[in-house]
Amino acid sequence: MNIPIRSVVAGLLVIGLTAAVLTKARAGGDDYFPPVKDKPTVDECGSCHMAFPPAMLPAASWQRMMVELDDHFGDNASLDPQTAAHVTRYLVDNAADAGGRRYGRKLMKGVPAGASPQRITELPKWVREHDEVSRSEWQHKDVGSKANCPACHVDANDGYFEDD
Amino acid sequence: MTPTRYAIGFLCAFGLASTAIGGPRETLIDRYAAAAKAADPGFSGFSAARGETLHRTQHNTGKADTPACTSCHGNDALSAGRTRTRKPIEPMALSVSPERYKDAAKVEKWFKRNCDEVLGRECTSLEKGDWLAYMMNQ
Ligand code: HEC
Ligand code: HEC
Ligand code: HEC
Repeated sequence: MNIPIRSVVAGLLVIGLTAAVLTKARAGGDDYFPPVKDKPTVDECGSCHMAFPPAMLPAASWQRMMVELDDHFGDNASLDPQTAAHVTRYLVDNAADAGGRRYGRKLMKGVPAGASPQRITELPKWVREHDEVSRSEWQHKDVGSKANCPACHVDANDGYFEDD
Repeated sequence: MTPTRYAIGFLCAFGLASTAIGGPRETLIDRYAAAAKAADPGFSGFSAARGETLHRTQHNTGKADTPACTSCHGNDALSAGRTRTRKPIEPMALSVSPERYKDAAKVEKWFKRNCDEVLGRECTSLEKGDWLAYMMNQ
């Protein structure tokens, strides 16, 4: 075989560059919300449902949620005070109106400043994005709940919520 | 002593120490056993069969949509279950999930939540020990 090494290298470079550009486009896209990277938060907030990205709600929402964990949507999700303080700090620091602003801003459209909505699935922008999803799709046995994002967004745990 | 003797001596000491102290699971079971004995002097050990009954019974004394442990953990402890939000839960049987029940605080936290969820009350130490016996025996 006699494939010139230069063209192989050039080919690889092109592939590498394209991949880098694609990843960047994806990560900067409208559908990307950085996933939870903090171990205690994944452990405590990711066992009953996916650990929702902190950039999906404003700081006031997380603050309120974290002091009402003993009645969390009907469940008792309460934590010891140290863990609660740690998780609260992580969520608040990365909230849609704090460190996660760059990603969360788009979901905050129509949310009054200072409001503390408790459901991502009731944010006006979320509702609009999902108004084409039919009732039978929501009731499909593998979906079961609007909060089950990974049932439809297969890469949700990596932060990608594209329409697929 | 030769280095080999040292090594053997060390290994023996290590072996003895680990049986004497026991792993985190044994410590937890011992704690439940002591509490069960304190509650009932007639206590004579945990029973995997009683644990299975606790696990499978439709108690209907907690929340309406979770009458049994199997409501989330599924009918077969060797396979995965799922939460009400449909997130998968790794199997509960120790043989398939060997990392389970090592962290006493985690075990206690979930007994507290889930017993309340299913039974509408906390589980007794006897019930916790029985249930763990069931999960560790399969
Ligand atoms: C014991 C189980 C449990 C734990 C632990 C738990 N949650 Fe939840 N969470 C629920 C349930 C149940 C719902 C309601 C889901 C539904 O409507 O289907 C919910 C809903 C939510 C929602 C709203 C989802 C929506 O509809 O937009 C958010 C946000 C949330 N949880 C965040 C958290 C955070 C943060 C933590 C960690 C501090 C946490 N959860 C821990 C059970 C839990
Ligand atoms: C029943 C399936 C389903 C579930 C469950 C679901 N989604 Fe979606 N989602 C969709 C579909 C379909 C679209 C695309 C709608 C369109 O483009 O018209 C979408 C769009 C989105 C978008 C906009 C993406 C973009 O390209 O800008 C976001 C963000 C999003 N979903 C987040 C979530 C979150 C967060 C959850 C869980 C709390 C969730 N979704 C649960 C089906 C679902
Ligand atoms: C509402 C759903 C639900 C019900 C009902 C439920 N569990 Fe759980 N259980 C969970 C979830 C979620 C976890 C944490 C996820 C994990 O450990 O993989 C868990 C974890 C546990 C753990 C900790 C496991 C470990 O690795 O340390 C124990 C113990 C436990 N459950 C016991 C029970 C018992 C006993 C019952 C019945 C009285 C029960 N559960 C009913 C959802 C449930």
